[in-house]
Order: sequence, then structure tokens, then C-alpha cells
Amino acid sequence: MLDVKAIRKNFPILDRKVYGKPLVYLDNAATSQKPHSVIQSLVDYYEGYNANVHRGVHALSMEATDKYEEARHKVARFIGAPKPESVIWTRNTSEAINLVAYTWAAANIKAGDEIVVSQMEHHSNLVPWQKVARDNGATLQVIPITKEGVLDPSQTDSFITRKTKLLAINQVSNSLGTINPVKSLTKKAHAFGAKVLIDGAQSVPHMPVDVKDLDCDFLAFSGHKMLGPTGIGALYVKPDVLEKMEPFLRGGEMVLEVWNDRATWNGLPMRFEAGTPNIADAIALGAAVDYLTALGMDNVREHEKQLTQYALSQLKQIEELDLFGPMDVSQRGGILPFHNSEVHPHDLGTYLDREGIAIRTGHHCTMPLMRAMGIVATARASLYIYNTEEEVDKLVAVLKDALRYFTDGTKRANRPG
Amino acid sequence: MAQSAQTDLDDLYGDVILDHCRNPRNSNPVEPADLRADGVNPFCGDEVHLQVALKNGRAARVGVQSVGCSINRASASIMAEALEDKTPAHMSALAQAVRAMMDGKSSTDWVFQGHADLRALEQVREFPVRIKCALLPWTTLEDELTGRQD
Repeated sequence: MLDVKAIRKNFPILDRKVYGKPLVYLDNAATSQKPHSVIQSLVDYYEGYNANVHRGVHALSMEATDKYEEARHKVARFIGAPKPESVIWTRNTSEAINLVAYTWAAANIKAGDEIVVSQMEHHSNLVPWQKVARDNGATLQVIPITKEGVLDPSQTDSFITRKTKLLAINQVSNSLGTINPVKSLTKKAHAFGAKVLIDGAQSVPHMPVDVKDLDCDFLAFSGHKMLGPTGIGALYVKPDVLEKMEPFLRGGEMVLEVWNDRATWNGLPMRFEAGTPNIADAIALGAAVDYLTALGMDNVREHEKQLTQYALSQLKQIEELDLFGPMDVSQRGGILPFHNSEVHPHDLGTYLDREGIAIRTGHHCTMPLMRAMGIVATARASLYIYNTEEEVDKLVAVLKDALRYFTDGTKRANRPG
Repeated sequence: MAQSAQTDLDDLYGDVILDHCRNPRNSNPVEPADLRADGVNPFCGDEVHLQVALKNGRAARVGVQSVGCSINRASASIMAEALEDKTPAHMSALAQAVRAMMDGKSSTDWVFQGHADLRALEQVREFPVRIKCALLPWTTLEDELTGRQD
């Protein structure tokens, strides 16, 4: 298990107060906080060896290149990638998914093919496929979900067919917390010759994820949700698939030889990394991976599982709250969406904020899912390694206050109009 | 809850706001209507539906229905009351004045005479992320009056 007390000491921001109250940060699905080691690695780069990578013969450039490529090794090991060059740096999950949409999918999805997604995708794993389907004359198929917020097992199989060219699905839903059975789905999709992209934005930071075990063709994730800085993310591509992919962005760094009218491409992974990359943030993501690796991802998952179990048991006691997503924590990450029919999530969010509690309110970039659930927005608390049962208790206590505040008022008579 | 946070919240959710939220004014739909407008904020699901029947160039009947957070609903109700007996030109001036108030401009005091409840919306300025909730009814009205609505 995690030593949460010790962990909290590594996160400077957790000491701050918000409106005079200790910060209770429960918006980790949006972005995580950063440990001191990650912040320090940014300072170390800019103060100690700031230089461009892959092109200088001077000491600073070589040092920067070493650290930058070392970070790629760390990330590759973290997700079980067979080789570091199968990890391409991107800005975030959205860019990683778009990279696949603009390269592999644009070239390989044909008229009549089907792209299969689920009803619980983040917009970033839906909107790019809408474009590919439209441009290439393919069809987008959406696997429905049950009332409990899991893929409908009676229907899922019928969606993956010989027409399926790509299955693009999240491993953990950012809106529901549902853990999807991506390994078995990948096996099914592969049996029909389809490729599989996994949106790992909410899984890679929170549980052991091994691309060899999952056997997926693409895995996209963001650094800032896993203790790293914003502006850096990664795309894993299975080596034999990556070899055949055309470049995404063109320019410096990604070329081998250039003539006035043509160019040849650099090797992997540089072929997909045009221009000066985000050096400092890539290195800092390496530091974040070090931090998580030292904790052990099994321990991270176990901590969140237990805390989620505790939070669900407490939230369930507030009768006026509707909870979403599976109640079995073996099928669920630390994401806790809730809703009250009388009090809008934004009002709840404002009330909690004034007590120092940060949650997210809105549609969480999953408008089609919200529509399927018959609501427009939810309030969402999301947990990470530094959250405690005491913080959950505070959330629950203040939520009860908030519901009373907004619904218990004495009614005045209508004034004459 | 500690005193300071409670006081802050009471500034936002003052008696006037909560009263309008719980007892919306002029909320029955008006048919037939001379002015009609619908506004939606797809990000949070706030909705406003407005109908006005004119007589001799003034609002004889006003109907405003709203869905969503308390700030949007209160603002819609305050607007429903404020529009009574107004000419479209006066409605437009009111909408512009509310927007100016939310932008922190204070040279529009005259517009609020006789509309004390409009002042309650001023508190929302202290909660910048909620300003759009308060403005939805008014921008919906303005769009209709200036013919900019799609």
C-alpha cells in the first residue's frame, strides 16, 4: 500500500489554502498535481543543460539529447513497449489520437469499412473518427452501454465484425470511471483483422498498463494526468504498424535528406516528431514515470481501489444523489460522477469550491454519453495517490451542506407581476 | 460551514437570487408572441426560452422558461419581470446595461431605476466562471432584438 502521508509531502501545492481552507484536490481526471521531483527536473533542464536536441555537437546539446531519449526509454518501459522508438512524443492524448487519424487511418480506412467506438468516449476519441469516416466513406459504429454504465455485453460482439477496420476505445471512462475489457476486445477485433487504438488517458496514470499484454496497435495518453507537466503526451504504436505509417507533420528533424522538390524520411521515432520538440516537458515526464515506478503501479491501483470503495460507500448514503458507473470497484477507476435532480452541478461545484474542494462539473467532454444518460452535466470527483479518506469525508460533509443550502429554502409568495 | 465561505456564498446566492430561482416570475409560455427567442449553453445545459406579446408597442405579456443552474434561472426570472411594459428599445437598453454591469462598467445606473432585483446580478461578477450563466437570458434577448439570431 502507499504511504500517503509521505507522498503528500512531495507535492508542494497540497500545502496551499483556497479561500482560507486546506485544498482538497479531487479533479485528478482533469489534471494531476506535480511532485517536487517533476518540478525540479524542469528547473534543472532550464538552469543546467538547456539546448536543442539531436543536432548539436556541443556538450549541452548532447546532455539534453541523452536526457530526452532517456525519458522516452522510461515511458516505453512503463507501458511495456517492446522498443523505445515505438513511443512518439505528442502534446497530449488528443494529438496522439489525431496523429493516428491523419496518418494510419486516413491511408487505411476505405469506403464501406467500419470504425467502432463506444458510447462512453471522450470527444477526443470520437470527433477525429467522425472526420475519418466522413472523408473516407466509412461508417462509425457506437457500442451502446447499459444503465450501469458498462459496455452492453449482449451487443458488444455484434459490433465487431469483418467490416471493422479500427476499434478505438478508452480503457477507463473519464466520465463514468468504467474499466473496459480492452484486452478481450482487442483479441476480438484482431480476429477480424482490425487494428485497435486504446485511449489510455485515464488508465496509464492509475493502473499497470502493458501494451504487449493488451496487444493493442496504438495506445494514447497524456503526461499531465500522471504527475507530469502539461504539453507532453505519448503515442505508442506497434512496431510493424509504425514502420508503414507516413509522417504526420513535416519539416525539420523528421527528414533524412531534402532536395528542392522532395525529401526522404528520418528513422523512427523522429519521422513523427517534426520541429524542435517539447524537450523540458518530455524529460519531466520521465521524472514523473520514475516517481510512479518507485511507488509501483499495482500499489497505486490498490490505493485508488480502496479509496473508491470507501467514497462510493459514503456517497451512497446521500439519498438525494444519483451515482453513475459500476459499483463494483474491480470494474472501476477512481472517478466518481454524481448528480442531483434539483441542484445543478455548477451550483454544487461553486459551493464545494468555497470550501476548498476542487471538483469538475459539466459534460466532461462526453456530450453523447450525457445525452445517452438523459442528463446534461454531472459533478465529478476523481482520486489519485495523494487523496485520503479524510478528504472523502470532507467532500461528503460539504455535499450534504450544499444540498441543504440549495433545496431547503423557505419559499416566498410570488410577488405581483 | 465556516463563516467566511458561507458569507461569500450568500453574496452569490443572495435572497433575491434564491427567491427568483425558487419562484420564477412570468414563467408561463405566452402564445401568440411577437418576440420569441431560445438560448442554450451546450456546455452546461442552461436553457432560456422567451416569448413577448406586444400591445401598443409595449410588452403586454412576458413568458420566460429556464433550465439549468440557479444563476441562469434567477437571471431569467429577473429578466421576465424587468421586461414587463417595456418597448423593444427599452428591452435592448436593459440587456446592454446588464452586460455592461457584468463587464464592470458602472455608468448605466439610470437603467436600473425601478429594477432593484437587477442589482442582485452584480454579485455574480465576483464569481467570473458564472457570469455566462447570468448573461444567457440577456444575450438571448439581445440576439433576438438585433436580429442576429440564427
